Amino acid sequence: MSKTYYDPADLRKFGKITEWSEELGNKFFEYYGKVFEEGALSAREKSLIALAVAHTEQCPYCIDAYTKDGLQRGVTKEEMMEAIHVGAAIKSGATLVHGVQMMNKVNKLDG
Amino acid sequence: MTKLKTQSLHKKGSDLAQSNRQLEILSNGIFQNGELPTFKDKISETSQFPLKAKKLEILQINVGYMCNQVCEHCHVDAGPDRKEIMTRETMQQCLEVIKNSGAHTLDLTGGAPEMNPDFRWFVEEAAKVGIKDFIVRSNLTIIRANKKYYDLPEFFKKHNVHVVSSMPHWTRGKTDKQRGDGVFDKSIKALQELNAVGYGMPDSNLRLDLVYNPSGAFLPGDQMAMEKDFKKALMEDFAIQFHNLFAITNLPISRFLDYLIASENYEDYMYQLVDAYNPAAVANVMCTNTLSVSWDGYLYDCDFNQMLELPVNSKAKHISEFNEELLEGRNIVISQHCYGCTAGAGSSCQGVVA
Repeated sequence: MSKTYYDPADLRKFGKITEWSEELGNKFFEYYGKVFEEGALSAREKSLIALAVAHTEQCPYCIDAYTKDGLQRGVTKEEMMEAIHVGAAIKSGATLVHGVQMMNKVNKLDG
Repeated sequence: MTKLKTQSLHKKGSDLAQSNRQLEILSNGIFQNGELPTFKDKISETSQFPLKAKKLEILQINVGYMCNQVCEHCHVDAGPDRKEIMTRETMQQCLEVIKNSGAHTLDLTGGAPEMNPDFRWFVEEAAKVGIKDFIVRSNLTIIRANKKYYDLPEFFKKHNVHVVSSMPHWTRGKTDKQRGDGVFDKSIKALQELNAVGYGMPDSNLRLDLVYNPSGAFLPGDQMAMEKDFKKALMEDFAIQFHNLFAITNLPISRFLDYLIASENYEDYMYQLVDAYNPAAVANVMCTNTLSVSWDGYLYDCDFNQMLELPVNSKAKHISEFNEELLEGRNIVISQHCYGCTAGAGSSCQGVVA
């Protein structure tokens, strides 16, 4: 067994998930590929969204994959960092907006 | 902080300046232990081995390895310290071939081809032959390097030369990282000067194409999408126009191989190339319709094989022995670097092939 939970080389093996459930695996990859095709959003825009989400999900495989994908599309490091801040802002905003729930509860119980 | 090379691998006496050392690396390790298939095994899967040369269409002549730049990823290991320069005698032999061969494209490369003292004479003589597409691969900064080169845009125009120039990115930071400090600003100025004489304008016959190759250990993105981004950025920021963008994959040889090994990216990069292998690209790789001539007149299947000192598999080995019939149908000499031309949409000196 590997001594760490994450091994960068495992990313290359992602496709192997179909081996234990071919139909679902294939359907997932077909869907995944379709999502990232050029559409109302450009593939470049989608790549930046994926990078931001990769960070909020804290998925090291996704971070590696979409950093490389961004570089391949000519995305600059400034654009990448701005995208991550968007993810971070939503994450922190999502935490803080629950503060209203806390305030509501305080007001109800001790107002 | 951008770290730049100031000397070629040859000048530094690096191990990797030796082509046999590079070929050894490309054949050992992950390709020897079976972790990744060799290029020969891979193309055999689709019965494409041996790869054979078709009719000659493009004659690519390397007029010397001397260059005013020392780019981070140069597959030629070019630089100011390289003294290999094509003589007028060899150029004359090339002219004979240009006149008599069926090739429709003549492609001059280097180094900086303009630094060859007989460059202008060669262009004037070759232009007289009336070849359909006459390309000069100019690094752009040479046009601003010294006043003796300032008139190059006019000179190119006079001889209806098709200018193909490297431009790694539309931002200063990424360009200078790969090609050296100040390269971006000089390249922009040179492009504006080429535009000023009519190069790259939408309806102009004066062709100006740009070459994009990645600044690091990753593959180029979609050529059309990159072209769109380049056009938008260069127009908005500098009012520059050009015709097409060629997205070219960095091949794992010479200085790029040195970079991959030093940055511990070699294995991952080879995996990327093999994972992105596209059999459809194999059918159109440039070695099947191109012949590469070195500064000393020897013949190779491509510029990369020239740098790896892998000569053509033919009795005609030198431009003085050129024989179109003999060369057509020859077996192309391959190694693992060839994966660079078959990844994704494929890669050639004219961009994607599939």
